[in-house]
Amino acid sequence: MRTDITKINERTPWQGLTEGLQMFAGGTSRLFATGEWRTNTPVLIEDKCRQCLLCVPVCPDSSIPVLEGKRGAFDYDHCKGCGICASVCPFDAIVMKEGIEP
Amino acid sequence: MDNTLEIRWHGRGGQGAKTAALLLADAAFKTGQNVQGFPEYGPERMGAPITAFNRISRERIRVHSNIYHPDFVVVVDEMLLHSVHVTEGLKRDGAIIVNTSRTAEEIRPLLRGYKGAVYTVDARAISEETLGKNFPNTPMLAAAVAVTGVMDKKDFTEQMRASFAHKFARKPEVIDGNMRALRMAFRAVESAAGMTKIA
Amino acid sequence: MKRAKAIRERMSGNEAVAFAIRQVNPDVMPAFPITPSTEIPQMVSAYIANGEIDTEFVPVESEHSAMSAAIGAESAGARTMTATSSAGLALMWEELLLAASNRLPIVLTLVNRTLSGPININCDHSDGMGARDTGWIQIYAENNQEAYDNYIQAFPIAEDPRVHLPVMVCQDGFITSHAVENIELLEDGPVRDFVGQYEPEEFLLNPGKPVAVGPYSISAYAMEAKKAQEDAMEQSRAVIAEVAARFGELSGRQYGFFEEYRTGDADYIMVIMGSAAGTAKEAADQLREEGWKVGVLKLRVFRPFPDQEIAEALKNCRAAAIMDRCESYNGCSGPLGMEIPAALYRNKVMIETADYIYGLAGRDFTVEHAREIFAQLRDAADGKIPAARHAYVGLREQ
Repeated sequence: MRTDITKINERTPWQGLTEGLQMFAGGTSRLFATGEWRTNTPVLIEDKCRQCLLCVPVCPDSSIPVLEGKRGAFDYDHCKGCGICASVCPFDAIVMKEGIEP
Repeated sequence: MDNTLEIRWHGRGGQGAKTAALLLADAAFKTGQNVQGFPEYGPERMGAPITAFNRISRERIRVHSNIYHPDFVVVVDEMLLHSVHVTEGLKRDGAIIVNTSRTAEEIRPLLRGYKGAVYTVDARAISEETLGKNFPNTPMLAAAVAVTGVMDKKDFTEQMRASFAHKFARKPEVIDGNMRALRMAFRAVESAAGMTKIA
Repeated sequence: MKRAKAIRERMSGNEAVAFAIRQVNPDVMPAFPITPSTEIPQMVSAYIANGEIDTEFVPVESEHSAMSAAIGAESAGARTMTATSSAGLALMWEELLLAASNRLPIVLTLVNRTLSGPININCDHSDGMGARDTGWIQIYAENNQEAYDNYIQAFPIAEDPRVHLPVMVCQDGFITSHAVENIELLEDGPVRDFVGQYEPEEFLLNPGKPVAVGPYSISAYAMEAKKAQEDAMEQSRAVIAEVAARFGELSGRQYGFFEEYRTGDADYIMVIMGSAAGTAKEAADQLREEGWKVGVLKLRVFRPFPDQEIAEALKNCRAAAIMDRCESYNGCSGPLGMEIPAALYRNKVMIETADYIYGLAGRDFTVEHAREIFAQLRDAADGKIPAARHAYVGLREQ
């Protein structure tokens, strides 16, 4: 039975779960804000960024959106602050800042 | 169970004793009876001694065990008489049918004291004469039908003719040979009947 | 439902199940095609090759893959079945649990054969019993007729929205799978109508209605999910009974969780499963003629376990013999030997029980064995001997 899975949470009784925990939606990972797990936060220094886009494919959480050939602002709702983007940036355009705030 | 006829077949893997048991079940089924035909699986090798069983009854058959006190025993390979106790549990008023070129009197000493009726059929000679090859199944099946009386020989003959016609649709020359094999096997056990029982 | 015409036939248990598969014409059948498999996939392949059915047969490289492919196909929305035996079921183990927890109504036809070792290929229930706690419904057959009838009932049970669980249809290896016996078949049309079209509500290949099957679950959800799965197993009792009633109208053959053979006034009852039940009934008939009040309770549905019904059926006898065709290696008894006394105790039925292990790895079980067990049961009830505990039938002793 198609259930609105956004209404299911850790207080839902067993009778309210979906059969076999099926997820009746696509792309549901968007609903889960993994950004809360962050202890370090990447910050983009726009002046230094040459839009080489090397940071985009290495991000394990798809948190660097690309629009019309240019990277946009970090998706801090999902960025876990792993720092890979800062490591690969050839222009030192990404710095890691301590804490959850950019 | 008292109304159930129980038959045990002894042969070797690959010789067709299992097939013969299934064919007998088939034939009896077609006369409206309840049947069981099943093999006992041993080491699953060509040439290894194997046993197959039939139960045939007017009533529904429920027992699912091997047969230890058969009414009849059929031995497809006479060499088994030396290695297997084929008459074990065989009823005194039953009979054993052996595929051999020897006579019942010659075979009896190999039967470990069995006192009941002994029938012999030279299935190999019959098969080689009628089919040109050693397929002992058809003559042994016919002998089993004649001796056990599980069904009328005429009904059996008619059914076998139909089943051979179906099986050998592309080789009609084989049908006549098989039918002749049936008749020769009937004659073999009939001529032996009455002479082989020890009173 | 109108009574269907019966077709009088004779065939082996394997042929009977393959014939039922032809009539149901499932969408997908992944199966490992060689030993330890049965003749069933081979026979189904022949039906497919002859154009009699359009089932997609997937010859996979192992049973683990067979069950994986079955899970994939069923999730995608296809009516799916597979067939296996013995070690093949053991290799499916991990996937069996997933088929059940993902709530996929797959049907598996199992030919019960022993698990090695010692290396052996013959009948016992160690394969099916080994999978008894995987979340599958398990139905056991006495003969080819029941294997056929149970298979046809399996799909409506599994696919019922109250259930959505996989079903294992079991029959005894060689003893019924390879034995040719009389059978009454149903015509194709009535079988297809009975089983019906498969129309799952949710499935993967359903454009515009995305669904994810089998996601990772954190502990906060997994226990609730397991409870829901167990609840489906409890719900299946009613569905199994309804489907059996509907099948009874169609075929004239009645099925319950178990068959009670002459148990009504019986002092001594043998509880047994599979092909040996017929042998036990023969012994019961013989002893009845000799003036004993004995009967046989043949368990058909082992999962869900009909504990209350069994307790009710046994409550008036003096003693019951519980027969396991499987060793549990638990140091005290076989699986039925533990579960049936538990059912009796929970329902406060305090009769004497004795438990036996019989027929392991193809060891024959005869009418004489069954008679002897009834005799022991009487002596135990009379206090002349202690009730058998974990006793082996037909074992050579020093």
